[in-house]
Amino acid sequence: MSALDVKQLTKTYKGGFQALKGIDLTVDEGDFFALLGPNGAGKSTFIGILASLVNKTGGTVKVFGEDQDRTPELVKSFIGLVPQEFNFNLFLPVVEVVLNQAGYYGIPRREAKVRAERYLKQLDLWDRRDTEMRKLSGGLKRRLMIARALVHEPRLLILDEPTAGVDIEIRRSMWTFLRELNARGTTIILTTHYLEEAESLCRNIAIINHGEIAERTSMLTLLDRLNTETFVLNLKGRLSELPELGGFVLQHLDDCTLEVEMSRRHTISGLFEALSRNGIEVISLRNKQNRLERLFLEMVDRRAGAGWSSADPATAPDDAREVIA
Amino acid sequence: MSRQGVGGYRHWISFQTIFVKEILRFTRIWVQTILPSVITTTLYFVIFGRLIGDRIGTMGGLDYLDFIVPGLVLMGVITNAYSNVVSSFYSSKFSRYIEELLVSPAPDWVILAGYVAGGVARGLVVGLAVMLVAMIFTEIRIHSVAVTLLVITMTAVLFALGGFINAIYANSFDDISIVPTFVLTPLTYLGGVFYSIELLPGFWQGVSLANPVLYMVNAFRYGLQGVSDIPVGIAFGIIAIFILVLGAFSLYLLRRGVGIKT
Ligand SMILES: Nc1ncnc2c1ncn2[C@@H]1O[C@H](COP(=O)(O)OP(=O)(O)OP(=O)(O)O)[C@@H](O)[C@H]1O
Ligand SMILES: [Mg+2]
Repeated sequence: MSALDVKQLTKTYKGGFQALKGIDLTVDEGDFFALLGPNGAGKSTFIGILASLVNKTGGTVKVFGEDQDRTPELVKSFIGLVPQEFNFNLFLPVVEVVLNQAGYYGIPRREAKVRAERYLKQLDLWDRRDTEMRKLSGGLKRRLMIARALVHEPRLLILDEPTAGVDIEIRRSMWTFLRELNARGTTIILTTHYLEEAESLCRNIAIINHGEIAERTSMLTLLDRLNTETFVLNLKGRLSELPELGGFVLQHLDDCTLEVEMSRRHTISGLFEALSRNGIEVISLRNKQNRLERLFLEMVDRRAGAGWSSADPATAPDDAREVIA
Repeated sequence: MSRQGVGGYRHWISFQTIFVKEILRFTRIWVQTILPSVITTTLYFVIFGRLIGDRIGTMGGLDYLDFIVPGLVLMGVITNAYSNVVSSFYSSKFSRYIEELLVSPAPDWVILAGYVAGGVARGLVVGLAVMLVAMIFTEIRIHSVAVTLLVITMTAVLFALGGFINAIYANSFDDISIVPTFVLTPLTYLGGVFYSIELLPGFWQGVSLANPVLYMVNAFRYGLQGVSDIPVGIAFGIIAIFILVLGAFSLYLLRRGVGIKT
């Protein structure tokens, strides 16, 4: 069964702006699904409609086979939402936020307390349970939004940029948490601007741009499309002259740094062999850019024309992942 | 799903959660919510009841102080039922935690009932407090407990609904004080709280009859003292009609998502 089945979904905001222009999308049960797209693409609008926060203009939404318009209460009980913006009563203590949410879903108090404890512990918030919301840091608030979204044990968890503004450590622990949740059967849809996050977590992906689905595929197929990859090498000695290496395109960044573009026909070990034959020793290497990031920019660029600021892969920010050679 | 209960029971829990949350809200900040009305009405009792009232003598067949008791109690009920819902619901819109309710399966009527019940609770708490203050100044006898309770509760429901509609349309904190200042206060002051409409010239008596608060004050005065400017049955009918109209309108606004969904 599909966890999500959306047909011809449109949204025109008051004032006439068309944010969604006929979205068709299915997400399988058990999937870990990434919904990517530039700012203003329509991701939050889409999610808002799924979660009954935004009125759709046209189209149908089915969640686990149930039509949102026919059985709204059932559909709502299937979904857990982690919204992009904080939406808390800042004067409540942490635990009450979760207990209230459980109550709204009709979970009896006794059971709600058990679950609040379980999810606050899982998200490392149990010690802060009596803290007033306004005293919580941004990262903790993000985690609390996850605990709150899980308290009714939804079959489909939708997270709208759950790791925005979250430090690396908490982000990694969120990833582990979400992976485990998914492994235990919860279908997850996630939006993010950290493409590394999507690449490492998600099996399937849709790219939305200007209110339309620009791409819907599996992560593997997508990454397969990259036919060249670029590495940045830190060299041990100084390099005064660029050697000629067949099959590799070299570029001098500075005396000790070399950029290598190689096609997928070649291997990194082949590259190292060729370099050492020329007496060049490499200390470390890293991807010039996250692979998904590059595809994303190409794709969004191609579909959008001038709409999306020209994204030259050469000037886009480097991804921080290091591979020690 | 199995442990979430079904149908009615689930809705009952949602309702309870909203209701208890509302009660906790106004009791936590009782200095802002309960105390002001108690202080103002105490001043009214002292000034109008004792100081000026002694010179006025009787009104509508009662001592002036006794005459204003029902109106002052009801005024507390009206303003508090109204402002509880308007400020609580507007805050939840403003800080967006209304979304916690909108994503949940709690149906619109449960959400409305929860907020209205919260407003009624605060209205009744303040009403009771004002009544207790009144007992310091005069002797309170209740002519008909049933009529008294019914009028006070229905009035609270009606104005809680009014507060809800106000909150739906409000786009700023200014918007939630406009109606109380420009509509509610004049209506209560002109609703026969401080005078019997028999004192007015014929034309203004007629105009007064268009003021719904007049019916509530009089029905309540009847409940307490057995005296009323108008037949109590008509008063109940009018309050009931207002409740139905505002209730239906609130549900319509919620269903459409006016002011809370884009
Ligand atoms: N309430 C609204 N009224 C009018 N236009 C809106 C409203 N909300 C969003 N929009 C517009 O709809 C478009 C899509 O917005 P949306 O928030 O869905 O984008 P997004 O993909 O989530 O972006 P981001 O990555 O920045 O969160 C944007 O152009 C936005 O300006
Ligand atoms: Mg967004």
